[in-house]
Amino acid sequence: MAKFQTDGYKISAIYTCVPKNKLRTEDYEWISVEERKMFAKTTGIIERRVATEGVTCSDLCYKAADELLNEFDIRDKIDLVLFVSQSPDYFLPATSIVLQNRLGITKSAMAFDVNLGCSGYVYGLSIAANFLKNEGIRNVLLLAGDKSTISTSYKDKSTYPLFGDAGTATLIQKFDDVENNGNWYFNMYSDGSGADAIRIEEGHSRYPYKPEKKEVYELIDKGIERTKMHLALDGMKVFNFALKEVTPSIRELLDFSRKEVSDVDCFLLHQANLLINESIRKKLKLEASKFPISIDEFGNTSSASIPLTICSRMSEIDWSKPKTILMSGFGVGLSWANLLLKMTRPALKLLEHD
Amino acid sequence: MEIEEFIEAIENEFEEVQNGSLTPDFSIRDMEGWSSMHALLIIALVDNHFEILLNGEDLRSVQTIQELYDLIQTKLKVG
Repeated sequence: MAKFQTDGYKISAIYTCVPKNKLRTEDYEWISVEERKMFAKTTGIIERRVATEGVTCSDLCYKAADELLNEFDIRDKIDLVLFVSQSPDYFLPATSIVLQNRLGITKSAMAFDVNLGCSGYVYGLSIAANFLKNEGIRNVLLLAGDKSTISTSYKDKSTYPLFGDAGTATLIQKFDDVENNGNWYFNMYSDGSGADAIRIEEGHSRYPYKPEKKEVYELIDKGIERTKMHLALDGMKVFNFALKEVTPSIRELLDFSRKEVSDVDCFLLHQANLLINESIRKKLKLEASKFPISIDEFGNTSSASIPLTICSRMSEIDWSKPKTILMSGFGVGLSWANLLLKMTRPALKLLEHD
Repeated sequence: MEIEEFIEAIENEFEEVQNGSLTPDFSIRDMEGWSSMHALLIIALVDNHFEILLNGEDLRSVQTIQELYDLIQTKLKVG
């Protein structure tokens, strides 16, 4: 069972970079004005940031990480570079290694990619924590994000207006002050029976890329037309999954860490869609103030959604006492993971990319 | 929850539906501008009020509000 407790680390900095380019739900002309209104109401998405052609997720992560490393001056002390994304620059080599070089990080750092989406930030932190247990590892740079908009079909109302692009950089360091940081509690789950709930079916090794298939659009439903190389999302399946699995897994982690819902200062949920998040909030009987929302302004940004929410919604709040925070990521895989930790205010920055 | 309250909850959920305009024999897909988003809102509403999680198939199997209500009652009994 992937449920464990560990200690001795802190999140020192979280930097996020989003594209400057904004797209608004009300301007999405593929669907009627009424449908746009309904979409905005249900998903909560008013606008989102979309990277222009040629700008990748790694470019966004690079900008966030470069600023972070300038601030902390530890390019020669990074021991692990982790890139969590489902929109890498290349099939190979791993984008983390490309970024190690581009960021001027020492060659003595290890670097690898992790192919996860909405659950990816929590998974990334769990990997960071486990490496940091080892004596030689002191500084981990976690890069998480996606350019999901590269794989959505404009003619698919279930995906195109949902996703935004973002890249993030998080510095996790060894830190022995248990008083202020305490234990990190994780629980994580996987269920491949839902692999088809969110999937890009073709273009990799199971069904290799064929140029002629790029033009073959299928009519899936009213307002949903896409090729097999586009991102396909079964909204009903994902919705059912989130409503069924997330709240019990959060309760399980609270039990495991001997905490009550009321002990948690802030629940940082993946920003999947407002209806899902509101349903979970009601199940947990929580006030809205403990549940920051950033999907209105940025859309669903995959593994970047949790750090993006921290950077955009929590930099101005009162951090005079350490906060007990519960992070919950859930989605593509299907995969879901929660982390409960105590956090002192990390360095936070929200940047924009041209 | 009685069916009258359930109907009221549905009316409150959808801005475009006037209070008091729905009846038990109203066919849910006849709602103005019905879309998959409406389906998700109904599933969330049912989950919130009854702690019963309907899937897409459940929803497709019913036509009217009465049938939906009966389905929920059956599921509540099965527990």
